[in-house]
Amino acid sequence: MNPKKEIDEGITFDTFMEGVWRQNPVFVMVLGMCPTLAVTVSAVNAVSMGIATLFVLVSSCLLVSLIRNLVPKEVRIATYIVIIATFVTLVDYIIQAVSLSLYEALGAFIQLIVVNCIILGRAEAHASKNPPLKAVVNALGMGIGFTIGLLALGATREILGAGKLFGFSLFGEHFQPWVVMVLPPGGFFVLGAWLLLFSFMRSRSATE
Amino acid sequence: MSEPIPVHTSPSNKMIITMGLVASICGVLIVGAYESTQDAIANNKRIMVERAVFKVLPGAAKVSEYVATPSGIQALTGNVPEGGMKFYAAYDQAGVLKGIAAEAAGKGYADMVRVLYGYDTKCQCIIGIGVVSMRETPGIGDKIITDKEFLKNFDALDVRVNAEMSALANAVKVVKHGSKQNAWEIDAIAGATVTTKAVGRGINESAQKLMPLLVPHVKELLP
Repeated sequence: MNPKKEIDEGITFDTFMEGVWRQNPVFVMVLGMCPTLAVTVSAVNAVSMGIATLFVLVSSCLLVSLIRNLVPKEVRIATYIVIIATFVTLVDYIIQAVSLSLYEALGAFIQLIVVNCIILGRAEAHASKNPPLKAVVNALGMGIGFTIGLLALGATREILGAGKLFGFSLFGEHFQPWVVMVLPPGGFFVLGAWLLLFSFMRSRSATE
Repeated sequence: MSEPIPVHTSPSNKMIITMGLVASICGVLIVGAYESTQDAIANNKRIMVERAVFKVLPGAAKVSEYVATPSGIQALTGNVPEGGMKFYAAYDQAGVLKGIAAEAAGKGYADMVRVLYGYDTKCQCIIGIGVVSMRETPGIGDKIITDKEFLKNFDALDVRVNAEMSALANAVKVVKHGSKQNAWEIDAIAGATVTTKAVGRGINESAQKLMPLLVPHVKELLP
């Protein structure tokens, strides 16, 4: 790994991988289920939502970590929420500037990143106790883990429910899409299947 | 009272200062983001409107926003006044009026179904619709975008105004699948009646309001 990271107060590969794998927000911690189930009707939506959350997560963890010694503990949650809400507003404007159709597809769930418990959880449990670089590396891992989780759901649902992936048709004209998969119940079916797969893999590696 | 007031560095002071500081930083960030993205967002909105209008009025190349009020029609500046109806006038490359586009909205199965319809001033009929936004069930309600038979309803949907110019001569109506007889009726999609009715009701409501205001002044739009 990057040797510079090793020196800096114990940033290890695990600081980054914690969120991607061991404590994956979607598959292990089962956090942030509201956007996970609601926006994953297509791979593009899932990735966009993941990146938006990643941006908010990393920027707010950086700021929270920078001011961690200044904030009195009585007002810390209020301060974190203000910081998170600011970056969500930034993301809101940026997505509108990039693509309005994407903005409409994601709808209220962009604003709802404010209450995504992954972000407040990271700010409270990690960023407020660790130096900026370590907090950013950890937040980056969590954000990427969340994006992977959303993509796993989004891609599965788009393939089954629309016969497409990233908008490209996969199966030709005679494919009859499994419409329920892009409807709300499909979100639960696909999430359940992924969680089953993950817990199966974990229990198998535990017994070995 | 001559003694100087001692400066308190109590926790509540610190709390207020910290929160004030954080709030100021955040305020600056938000204003900065708003200022730097405003132009791009306005541009995106304009492109989106143009794309939607060009779709319902093929051949158009330029779009102007107008508002129709009981006192006449004028170019839209700022907000739409009370009782006014916003519409788009579309012109081709040579500056000839290709038609009018306006928005209609009706309550569908899941949420409001918003469509844009193209109106031809010569035949006084609707010559195309495009969906602006909807959350209808995929595979059922979204047939209003793909169903060719349904879209044929809007090849020439009659929205003439009556002799007094107070309302449409015939209200736009959604009829059961396969029973369309008149040019002002919309043949519903079998199995997606709620969504089709939302479209029909929306268009009727919008045209009932807009056409009586627009038709007497339509000549003013010609360059």
